[in-house]
Amino acid sequence: MDLSIQVVERSGRTVLLLAGELDVASAPALRRHLVEVLADGPVDLVADLSGVSFIDSSGLGILVGGVRRTRARGGDLVLCGLEGNVRDVVELTGLDRAFTVRATLEEALAGGG
Amino acid sequence: MVAEAGGARDGPARPARVVELDIPARADYLDLVRMVVATAASLEPSFADDRIADVRLAVSEACTNAIEAHAALGHADEHDRIVVRCDLADDRIELEVVDQGGGFDLDDLDALPAVEDPERLAFERGLGIGLIRTVTDESEFSTSDVGTVVRLVVYHTRAAPDL
Repeated sequence: MDLSIQVVERSGRTVLLLAGELDVASAPALRRHLVEVLADGPVDLVADLSGVSFIDSSGLGILVGGVRRTRARGGDLVLCGLEGNVRDVVELTGLDRAFTVRATLEEALAGGG
Repeated sequence: MVAEAGGARDGPARPARVVELDIPARADYLDLVRMVVATAASLEPSFADDRIADVRLAVSEACTNAIEAHAALGHADEHDRIVVRCDLADDRIELEVVDQGGGFDLDDLDALPAVEDPERLAFERGLGIGLIRTVTDESEFSTSDVGTVVRLVVYHTRAAPDL
């Protein structure tokens, strides 16, 4: 199953809506989208993972890179919608403490930016 | 390929069930491996859902390493293959992932900074082996410059924590 990536504007923020599986096959596409979005200027991004059914270390690596790039520009990549196995994997690695994580897209957007 | 092998035919124990996948060492086959292995595991009613998730993650990580080991050889083509073997025993699934890539040095894996350390974000790689060890009950890595064999065991239910 591929990864679907939609880039939309919500409440003045750039949001990446992700759906599908995030692994070594689909990770390069997400990296490309993140690089393109950052090249356009916005540095306060939200990634909504509520449609993601699987993530492994390759997918996590792309999110780590996205958070690093946005924070280096004074922004952040806020993650939301982590559910089930996806949330479990993020927590197993401890990265939930390195990332800014919100339960829902609404909460992520309410967090300012 | 699905094969029956071994096991007592005249006793209560049923034959071991083995599923073997022989795939090109390419990332676009990874979802197929996860689907087949998870489906095979889910045939066992006693296999807990969280353990099937563990199997999916572990096999994905092991195959990703295998794919990257082949890619690192610099001449990956259709003849580069990975074999994934699932042995469905009564109380566990045993997985073997075999590649002919260039191997890797287990002792050479980066120790990642603590997650609270901003430097942690400088590392996009290095989580795979740790995740395998965390979500499996047993893991063995036999690696050399002519290939790697990863053997993983996941029991149907998670062991109770030591009290």
